[in-house]
Amino acid sequence: MKRLIIYIIEIIICFIIQSAMYDYISLADIMPNLLLILVVSTAYMHGRMSGLMLGLISGLLIDLLNGGYVVGLNALLYMLIGYFIGFTYKYYSDDDYTLPIIIIAVSDLIYGFFYYVVEFLLRGRLNFLFYLRRLIIPEIIYTVAVSIFLYKLLHMINKRLEHKTEKEV
Amino acid sequence: MRRRTKINLNPKHVLIACVVLLIGLIIISFKYGEQLSPVKEAVGSVITPMQRGVNTVGTYISNKLDNFNSIKELLDENDKLKEQVNSLAFENKLLLQDKYELDGLRKLYELDQKYADYPKVAARVISKESSNWYSTFKIDKGTKDGLAVDMNVLAGNGLAGIITEAHYNYSLVRAIIDDNSKIYGMFLKTSDTCIVQGDLQLMDDCKIRVEFINKDAQISDGFEIVTSHISEKYLQGILIGYVSNIELASSNMTKTAYLTPAVDFQHLDEVLIITELKEPLID
Repeated sequence: MKRLIIYIIEIIICFIIQSAMYDYISLADIMPNLLLILVVSTAYMHGRMSGLMLGLISGLLIDLLNGGYVVGLNALLYMLIGYFIGFTYKYYSDDDYTLPIIIIAVSDLIYGFFYYVVEFLLRGRLNFLFYLRRLIIPEIIYTVAVSIFLYKLLHMINKRLEHKTEKEV
Repeated sequence: MRRRTKINLNPKHVLIACVVLLIGLIIISFKYGEQLSPVKEAVGSVITPMQRGVNTVGTYISNKLDNFNSIKELLDENDKLKEQVNSLAFENKLLLQDKYELDGLRKLYELDQKYADYPKVAARVISKESSNWYSTFKIDKGTKDGLAVDMNVLAGNGLAGIITEAHYNYSLVRAIIDDNSKIYGMFLKTSDTCIVQGDLQLMDDCKIRVEFINKDAQISDGFEIVTSHISEKYLQGILIGYVSNIELASSNMTKTAYLTPAVDFQHLDEVLIITELKEPLID
């Protein structure tokens, strides 16, 4: 229960930073995908179920607040990413800071690719290389750079939570 | 032993259930988009005040930082501007004389002003779409200030976008540079119509695409494009931007060109909303 509340607070903070602070954190018009970092690193640290729930909630938040025409698309994408990244929980170790960052990069690539397919390819925008070069790759680079710090923070929060639950049991 | 009592759900089943649910949601929202508006409203009214707060704090801090950085620059600029004021004041006097003359002549001809003065409301941009793919932004006024969907949004003296969603205390605006935006435009000088379409690929050059210009149109670089009289949602005669790179389209039937918007989308802060809707067409 406590975990769920903490997750929701994390989601809201990430979402607000990403949407309201765009002027101060965007470089060359590109913003890091903080919510994806959150979803992926939680899935990596705590398994499929957490990834799934977190992806679902944050995706829905994006869908409802960003005024797209279709509600549920981001939710589906984030949720599937959260679930499948959850399989990497097997390889989770306490002091490994490289693997999660690689996972985050890969999942940002997957997210960007599928988002392009659904929202742009279906409207007949065929120049994939442009979108890859201009949006997807820069977003990955920036996201990875941010995730180095953000992952450490999330890892710390997760550890503290785990510690508490162990005590209770 | 608290953990044992928890219901043990298989993640696979939860996943399947959620996927089915979301696909259903996508279909529903695609077919009956308006039905979900109350849900959006409810979520939005919780998150929007937070966004506004964070945005205000951010603006405050960056203003303070800017103050320290730019005192010297400001002093230099001040000198330059003083010179400019002098020369402009002189120019202004000449122009004023012309204006009086123009007013007199207009009165003689009983001409109205070129464009009607529309009622406007000012609003502040509080957040931007949180992904890199779209150019929509959120403003801090909503239906309680008299805004409604399809109202035109200006910044400075140019068209910035159109309201796509109006909620109680916030609204979403789609910028004209958005990939989904399409506007009927018109050349101010020659009255040739065209379609102004946002394009993500031209975003870096801060330009948008202009299509379907008549092949025989007598146009050249730098001409102004305004919103056209045949547009359904945009009021007539609002400046969109200046045209450049005119070329014959590959079909040889029309011309295409690029357009530099009159609005600086990099530094969009305050916008004006025209609280008048274009009269709907009645069959």
